[in-house]
Amino acid sequence: MADTNNPTPPKRPLVEVRDLNVNFVSREATVRAVNGVSFDVMPGEVLCIIGESGSGKSVTMRSLMQLHPKKRTRITGSMRVGDHDIMALSDKEMNAVRGRVISMVFQEPMTALDPVYTIGDQIAETVMRHEGVSKAAAMERALELMQMVKVPSPERRLKAYPHELSGGLRQRAMMAVALSCRPALLLADEPTTALDATVQIQVLIVLRKLQEQFGMGVIFVTHDLGVAAQIADKVAVMYAGRIIEYGSVKDVLLKPKHPYTLGLMASTVHGQNRDQDIDAIPGSPPDMRFLAPGCSFAPRCKLAQPECLASFPEPNDHGNGHMSRCFRTAATTPAMEMGIA
Amino acid sequence: MWLYVARRLFLTIPIGLGVTIICFALVYLAPGDPIQSLLPPDASEADKIAIKKAYGLDEPIPVQYVVWLGKALIGDLGKSIQTNRPVIDEVMRAFGNTITIAVISVVLAMGIALVLGIIAAIKVGSWADRLSTAIAVLGISVPTFWLGVVLVIVFSVNLGWLPATGMGEGGSEDFSFLEWESLQYAILPIIAMTLTPLGILMRTTRSTLAEILGQDFIQTLRAKGLSEWQIIVHAIWNGAPQILAMLGLQLGYLVGGSILVETIFTWPGTGFVLNTAILTRDIPLLQGTILVLAMAFVLINLIVDLLQTLVDPRIKRT
Repeated sequence: MADTNNPTPPKRPLVEVRDLNVNFVSREATVRAVNGVSFDVMPGEVLCIIGESGSGKSVTMRSLMQLHPKKRTRITGSMRVGDHDIMALSDKEMNAVRGRVISMVFQEPMTALDPVYTIGDQIAETVMRHEGVSKAAAMERALELMQMVKVPSPERRLKAYPHELSGGLRQRAMMAVALSCRPALLLADEPTTALDATVQIQVLIVLRKLQEQFGMGVIFVTHDLGVAAQIADKVAVMYAGRIIEYGSVKDVLLKPKHPYTLGLMASTVHGQNRDQDIDAIPGSPPDMRFLAPGCSFAPRCKLAQPECLASFPEPNDHGNGHMSRCFRTAATTPAMEMGIA
Repeated sequence: MWLYVARRLFLTIPIGLGVTIICFALVYLAPGDPIQSLLPPDASEADKIAIKKAYGLDEPIPVQYVVWLGKALIGDLGKSIQTNRPVIDEVMRAFGNTITIAVISVVLAMGIALVLGIIAAIKVGSWADRLSTAIAVLGISVPTFWLGVVLVIVFSVNLGWLPATGMGEGGSEDFSFLEWESLQYAILPIIAMTLTPLGILMRTTRSTLAEILGQDFIQTLRAKGLSEWQIIVHAIWNGAPQILAMLGLQLGYLVGGSILVETIFTWPGTGFVLNTAILTRDIPLLQGTILVLAMAFVLINLIVDLLQTLVDPRIKRT
């Protein structure tokens, strides 16, 4: 939450990612999952990464924690979180960073918790691992955390196993695990996607509140624009492993500059007449094994011109940190106003 | 929980009945006659009838069964035709001899299988995985009787390090695992009995752990910053029910089914007794042994079931 009215000098970003490339190598093919992604996250800022399945949003986030299988993954570029140069860390150092400096909430609370350990044990384990405290002290912290994430009757729930909790409670427990060592950066991989709509909102509210309370930086991956509008300070839209639009949540969602973002907006349900069709983006995302040199979205884009297929567009600056990568930005705004994109 | 235990124990009664009926039937379906092995070939008809009467073999089979069952309920399994000693004493002594080496073999097999299985599961497809798998396949494929004979040839006959047969001079009464004098007799049978369960348990451990290590929650554990070893501990707890089930089966097989090993090493256990009882048509001894073994098998499985509920809270036994 960079306060724009306050003329203090800009702080150092909490996260700095520069020209990140992630390739998954196998005998058959190389999947170019992330292609030159750069972004910053300020302390206490929420960055939402939006994109379809396979656009590289989860891969980007997992790279920050080195969670990819080492053997099959090639990562280049630089990543810094706090004082840690992620690419330079040894396995042991990385283990000390995981869960303490950076932690992660996963999409499926059903399967992301160990089914044969109690919730309390799973929270306490992280605390004991990173802070070397006794089991009793760790359990006390676990109870505190369960209260923080607003789990009703937390004492009883600490002794419960994951299968004894509802989806929403499980995701809160998952958040308690992730927050147990007060991380500087929280990575949330579609944490509300598997939940009911009403439960989604509750979890989002808790998350946003704790984020403000702890002053955490958050990278929140979602494909739900509504969720992004609720929680984000900044939004990055990813397509085929690249960030194609980036800016404050207001700029990106209200004044989108990239035809893909525009298409995403048009393809959501937002009070149209009931007989009006929802505008789906035609076609499907490109095969990440065979990426063409031009703009990856061009084959599906209504505004595409021959130049779009020749090379990938450089970033356009729209002011206030709003960036898009499109040759046809000039045509995007009128297209939106005419409601045709 | 206790209700469940009580119900399971109650269920052993029909199982026991079934076992006794089947083994009674099998014994009488098989050719041969215990009287023939007791009496000289030129015994008179009157002697044969007298002997039959003495052992109750002149009654109709169902009556024999009911009489035997009634006595079995109060712990009287009759007398061995060959030795004239109470069957219950013979069986329990043999059972004690067998259970000691069976338990040692299974514990040994489980320990080695865990180490090899973990190494293999962490690095599926690596040379360590292949080596462990090769050991397991060898363990499963090598016939125990062949291994037993080879062990005797190598370590007893050629090298002269270990005795080939028996339990030592004092027999089972003086046997102690703490004294080398008697312990040395147990080593070769234990090795021969360990290899097959080792292979089976290693394969189970490997496949169970490899499957669990691929599950979502393992990534959560990694994201929490746990060490590889802590993650393995989580995986073992998750896989424990499957591994325990296999462990119980293997122990059950060894308790009842080590006929070959015990015969080769003349180890006076249940397998050896079964073998003798079959060859000499010692029906009371055969029936008593089978009954005790069946009950032991049921009990082992009950213990495994209870251990599983302790490990995995999702298994409800009520």
